[in-house]
Amino acid sequence: MLEFLQQMINGLSIGSIYALIALGYTMVYGIIKLINFAHGDMYMIGAYVGMISVTTFKLPFVLALPATMIVTGVLGVVIERIAYRPLRKSTRVAALITAIGVSFFLQNAVSRIMGAKIYTFPPVLDNRTFMFYGLRFNTQQIAIFVTAILLMILLQVIVKKTKVGRAMRSVAVDQDAAKLMGVNVDRTISLTFAIGSSLAAAAGILVGIYYNTINPLMGFAPGLKAFVAAVFGGIGIIPGAMIGGFAIGLIETMVSGYGSTLYKDAVVYVILILVLIIKPSGLLGKNRKEKV
Amino acid sequence: MKRILVLVATALLVLSGLTACTSTDKGTIKIGVNVELTGEAAVYGQPEKKAIELAVKEINDAGGILGKQVEAIYYDTKTDGAESTSNVTKLATEDKVVAIIGAAISGTTMAAAPVANQYQVPMITPSGSNAKVTNDGTTVYPFVYRACFIDPFQGVVIANFSSTELGATKAAVIGSSSSDYAKDLATIFADQFEKNGGTVVAEEYYTDTDTDFNAILTKLQNAGEFDVLFIADYAVRAGLIIGQARTAGITVPIVGPDGFESPDLVALAGGADKVNDVYFSTHFSALSEDQAVKDFIAAYTASAGEAPSALSALAYDTVYMLKQAIEDADSTDPVKVNTALEAIKDFKGITGTINFDEWHNPIKSAIIVELVNGEQASATVVNP
Repeated sequence: MLEFLQQMINGLSIGSIYALIALGYTMVYGIIKLINFAHGDMYMIGAYVGMISVTTFKLPFVLALPATMIVTGVLGVVIERIAYRPLRKSTRVAALITAIGVSFFLQNAVSRIMGAKIYTFPPVLDNRTFMFYGLRFNTQQIAIFVTAILLMILLQVIVKKTKVGRAMRSVAVDQDAAKLMGVNVDRTISLTFAIGSSLAAAAGILVGIYYNTINPLMGFAPGLKAFVAAVFGGIGIIPGAMIGGFAIGLIETMVSGYGSTLYKDAVVYVILILVLIIKPSGLLGKNRKEKV
Repeated sequence: MKRILVLVATALLVLSGLTACTSTDKGTIKIGVNVELTGEAAVYGQPEKKAIELAVKEINDAGGILGKQVEAIYYDTKTDGAESTSNVTKLATEDKVVAIIGAAISGTTMAAAPVANQYQVPMITPSGSNAKVTNDGTTVYPFVYRACFIDPFQGVVIANFSSTELGATKAAVIGSSSSDYAKDLATIFADQFEKNGGTVVAEEYYTDTDTDFNAILTKLQNAGEFDVLFIADYAVRAGLIIGQARTAGITVPIVGPDGFESPDLVALAGGADKVNDVYFSTHFSALSEDQAVKDFIAAYTASAGEAPSALSALAYDTVYMLKQAIEDADSTDPVKVNTALEAIKDFKGITGTINFDEWHNPIKSAIIVELVNGEQASATVVNP
């Protein structure tokens, strides 16, 4: 039982990372129906920006996190301007392929600028372990979990309670109608990319600190997993992404813990296929009007 | 006008051919270097390149080989088998080198080995330690050699060290399933450890894309008591596993292969306090009292601006071994150099005395290094 609970803790800490990345995926999809495959690479960029802000600029974690989110958010807006906006009226396949192109561009640009080698993070977050009824907790695991939950709540508040959020929801329902009602569609979409990218960046810096290793290709696999998480929870639905992220993290850990690590990716993708067959709209994908 | 242009172009073409001729006539000995300068294994290839630069400079300053200056031509495998293969093809057919040094890891060396044989150019890998680098299990590749000992030997040495020096009787094994290096080492370690009378309580494998090992570490902790943990992998993941294992409360000694040796190991583990009671087998230790080793360390530190690793020492030895082979052959013909290389006897390098067995593997000693607070604290020589 103790082993099972310990594996739960392990799973939730990976799950919070998937959840953070999945939030951005789901938001962008909810608004402009684009599967942004470059999202995993924004997470990688976030890890690099975070690493530079704590090593070169010597920022403490509480400043490095928002700084990283802002820088990466701005980059997300720039990418949307250059790569996605000109294609907004074209087919979804064209936009999807462009997203894959952006993904490769980001990976290779970072390889070129920073080198293909691995960077390590300096210890910026307290890393203590304490026992609680025989269970082992790590301060960094808790920091990641809490940050993920806080950011999700913040996102939910922005989308549901603010004017910007209302604009986002209206664009999600019908872009043309929103425009007629005086919503600045371009600005709203830019903002969506800014928020989505900054969430990925938050995940990137947290992962960089927790695993202590970053490289230009680190975004690919977690990006795919987060996509699975978003689909699992119901793509376009914010709490769904969160639940999906935690679910994928837990499933992976349990497969590793009670089966073999070698099967964990296979199991995750089998689940994706099953979800797509049985409930294509995802776990929470009932109320289509709520999509954001 | 057109005719003049054609004339000029022809003249240039002829001239360029002439310059190429003069450069060979002037008599440099060309050595190809095909190592990992970028990519995941760049941490191994970079120090090798620096050591080769140092050795070539030393040789040239002392008058070269057979009175000719040595010219090293560098290519990057990018940690990619296909790239490594095409580099060796280029070195053999276009650059027409006497011999090739590389690659730094087994995978890229194995990819290029058939090409070296095809073009009959001797190729020596300083550090490719997989058993099948120099032969396919039944026949030896006539033109492929290595300067380091092989994985089975490392696996045996580490298992013996764990049983006798550490007094371990129960081992847990964790390793990558994505590389031959890791898979072979894990199997050989487990076999030898059980031969020594110990038991392997758990074996766990993961893929190279993993960064989170908490699930399998928790599983190991619940699989039963063990008094030594063997990690079969390179430093990129071994460092992470060491850090996560110590954080998870695994306090037993951790042992591993030469892949542990990397300046990043401590940073990957998350701090020097995590890297205690860690042992790995290697080819060379800076703690040696040998004067030749001390001289090498001083020269390398001065030229490279960092302390040498085992990789740099092996690459340095490789250049000098090649020098001796060329001198023994008294020729720069790759086939003659190959014959001399095969027959090399008691070559005294800084990583030990080298003789080749029938599989082109050197017969030499290994060193087990202990890390205390991330620093090399002691070195034990283990003879074959």
